[in-house]
Amino acid sequence: MTERNDVTATPSQAVGADQPELSIDKSRPDKDPPTGQSSTGKQLALGLLFGLAFGFLLQKGGVAKYHVLIGVLLLEDFTVIKVMLSAIVVGMIGVFGLYALGLVKLHVKPTRYAANILGGLMFGVGFALLSYCPGTGAAALGQGNFDALAGILGLMAGSYLYAESSGLLGRTVLKWGDRGKLTLPELVRISPATFVLIFASLLVVALVVLERVTIR
Amino acid sequence: MTRTTLAVVALALATAGTAVASPPGTDPLAYPGPAWSPYLVGALIGLLSMATFYFSDKPLGASTAYARLAGMMGKLFAPRHTESLKYYQDFKPKFDWEVMLVIGAVGGAFLAAWLGGEMTGEWLPAMWTARFGEDSLGLRLGAAFVGGGLMAFGARMAGGCTSGHGISGTMQLSVGSWVAVVCFFVGGIATAFLMFRV
Repeated sequence: MTERNDVTATPSQAVGADQPELSIDKSRPDKDPPTGQSSTGKQLALGLLFGLAFGFLLQKGGVAKYHVLIGVLLLEDFTVIKVMLSAIVVGMIGVFGLYALGLVKLHVKPTRYAANILGGLMFGVGFALLSYCPGTGAAALGQGNFDALAGILGLMAGSYLYAESSGLLGRTVLKWGDRGKLTLPELVRISPATFVLIFASLLVVALVVLERVTIR
Repeated sequence: MTRTTLAVVALALATAGTAVASPPGTDPLAYPGPAWSPYLVGALIGLLSMATFYFSDKPLGASTAYARLAGMMGKLFAPRHTESLKYYQDFKPKFDWEVMLVIGAVGGAFLAAWLGGEMTGEWLPAMWTARFGEDSLGLRLGAAFVGGGLMAFGARMAGGCTSGHGISGTMQLSVGSWVAVVCFFVGGIATAFLMFRV
């Protein structure tokens, strides 16, 4: 196989990377971008910096703790939901705002109903068994939960196993119910801006209700 | 969707019924909560997402890093085989932004826990021990390994994890991300109840 996806291409080939572009990024998010811009020294340093902030926040948010994560799955501790919904509200308004200003590109993940459902359920079973997820597992290790090490080895083993079956799955499950980059505003046929405003308000209401009815 | 809703409602009712009978020490609320307000932390993660989009043209996501690390290991032992796999033709096994993000997350959490006096330094979480006993290290490590394996396989099939789908995908209003996140919780809730409440 040729190395056409690797770091040999020049940065000028990164179409639209530096200039504002209002159309949704058409490159497939399930593939590396044609240029290796994510592995330049600057981007590696930025990744590390963003990772430091992400891990710091996950730990402060309590979501590196075993009992907080298993607690949400037992429907008793709703910290995880509160963190996620708050992040979604702020991130949604912020990222769509930057997008409207032409400052960022969107990276909408493809909708493939069969793969989303089957993979999602499998992920859920694993989530309960490990009680850390790929991001919070790294944070759990950082705060000294050494059992996360076994989880990290498992994550690597599972990834490799997936790669082993990726040819077969690509010809089958990933094709079932493939709807491409489908978004909620497209599904209900209203403009993204209106949808974001309505949806953000609904999520805020959900957060207020959660705060009232949950102990934690 | 209705079946999903029914399942969640049924599980919620089941909690109400079994909460009284759950073994001592398996109440998650008996253990310390987050150091900071979850709303503040969530909002800051939202701002962090804006920064990663703007400065790195990347959404927050963690699971691909493990796949790349596994690919790098695979290349050490079976280079030709690893490179022949479809997934590793699409995603080269190499150090990239996401691998650095995950490494950074370990460091950031260490910093937060150390500064906040929350370092744990333990192999067994207290709530696990309360349920499965003091001498259950093998069981815990086995469950964590198998759980990690299922998670990674599921994340790759579904196209992301609790960060990639759960935060970044949902905030971009991807239908598949919302479907995947609901399924994460359906699978997780069912399994957690089997582990702790049956």
